[in-house]
Amino acid sequence: MGLFTELKDSISRATDRLFSEQEPKRIGIYGPPNAGKTTLANRIARDWTGDAVGAESHVPHETRRARRKENVEIERDGKTVTIDIVDTPGVTTKVDYEEFTDEMDEEDAIRRSREATEGVAEAMHWLREDVDGVIYVLDSAEDPITQVNTMLIGIVESRDLPVLIFANKTDLEESSVKRIEDAFPQHKTIPLSAKEGDNMDEVYDNIAEYFG
Amino acid sequence: MPKATNADDSDAPDGVQIDLISGERMAGMATMEKIRMILDGVHDGNIVILEEGLTPDEESRLIEVTMAEISPDEFNGIEIETYPKSETRDSSLLGRIMGSDETEAKLTVIGPANQIETLHKDETLISALVSRN
Repeated sequence: MGLFTELKDSISRATDRLFSEQEPKRIGIYGPPNAGKTTLANRIARDWTGDAVGAESHVPHETRRARRKENVEIERDGKTVTIDIVDTPGVTTKVDYEEFTDEMDEEDAIRRSREATEGVAEAMHWLREDVDGVIYVLDSAEDPITQVNTMLIGIVESRDLPVLIFANKTDLEESSVKRIEDAFPQHKTIPLSAKEGDNMDEVYDNIAEYFG
Repeated sequence: MPKATNADDSDAPDGVQIDLISGERMAGMATMEKIRMILDGVHDGNIVILEEGLTPDEESRLIEVTMAEISPDEFNGIEIETYPKSETRDSSLLGRIMGSDETEAKLTVIGPANQIETLHKDETLISALVSRN
C-alpha cells in the first residue's frame, strides 16, 4: 500500500511539473514613463489576438495599473509560443502632480499622481514576485543612462530573469539605438517602432527565442 | 547606535545637511531599517550618501516605500544616483559562484527630488546640483 501511495504521489508530482511547464510565461513590459510600453503591448496584442491592452497617451503615467493580456499565441517558424504579456506602469522614484496641471485641473492632477505612485509600487511588486521574463522598453531618442534604468536592469539581473531590451521610437529623428547598446552591452537590444510597426518580425523572433 | 541629527530646528545653520553613512553602519541593519533611515533623512531635507549602496532587492523596496510616502505639496519622492554597471564587471557564472557580485559596493547619493538635480552621469562620474529648496 505504501509503495502504491509513493508511486501515486510521484506520478502526481511529475504531472504537476509537466502542466506547470506548459503554463504561459508572464512577460513583464517594463521601463520608464513614456517609453512606449503600452503602445508595444497593444501592438503585440493586436497582432496576435485582435484586442488592445490599454489606452496610450503622451501624458506620463497614463498606465497606472498593471494589466495582463493572457494567452498571446505568437507563431514563429511553424511553432506557437504562448505568453501572457503584463503591461506595467512606468517606473520612477518621484511623482509631482504639477507635471500634469498643464493637461488637467489640479484635482485630477493630484488624483493622477496618487494613482501613479500606487502603479509604480504595483509594478515593483510584480517584478519581485510574478513575472518570468522582462521586456525592457526604452525611448531611443532619450539618454538611457538614468538611475531608474540602471536600478531596474540591476533588479532584473539579480532575479536571473531573461531580459530583452527594446529600443523603441526608431521613427524619431533623434533616435540612437547604439546609445542603448553601449549603455547595456550585457543584453540584446532590438530596435523597433511600436507606433509604426517597424521591425516587428525581429521583435517576435526574439520573443519566441527568449521566452518560448 | 547614535541617530543622525536633524538640522531642522530654528538654531540650525541655513544649509543642507549631508549624512555620509558607512558600510559598517549599514551592515547590521535589516532592509526596512535601512529604508527607514534613508527616507527619514530625506524627509528632513538631508542628502544621504551611502558608502556601499543597497542591494537590487533593497532598491526595489526603497522605490515601493517611497511611492507610498509621496504626498502632494509635501513630498515628491527621491532622487537617487549610483554609477551605472561597468562593462568590465565580472558577471560570468564563475564570477557569480565566486561571489564577485556580492562585493560590488556602489557609492549611492539620495536626496529629496525637489532639492537635488543630476547634471551629468556616466560610468565614473556623478555630478549633481543640490539646492536648499
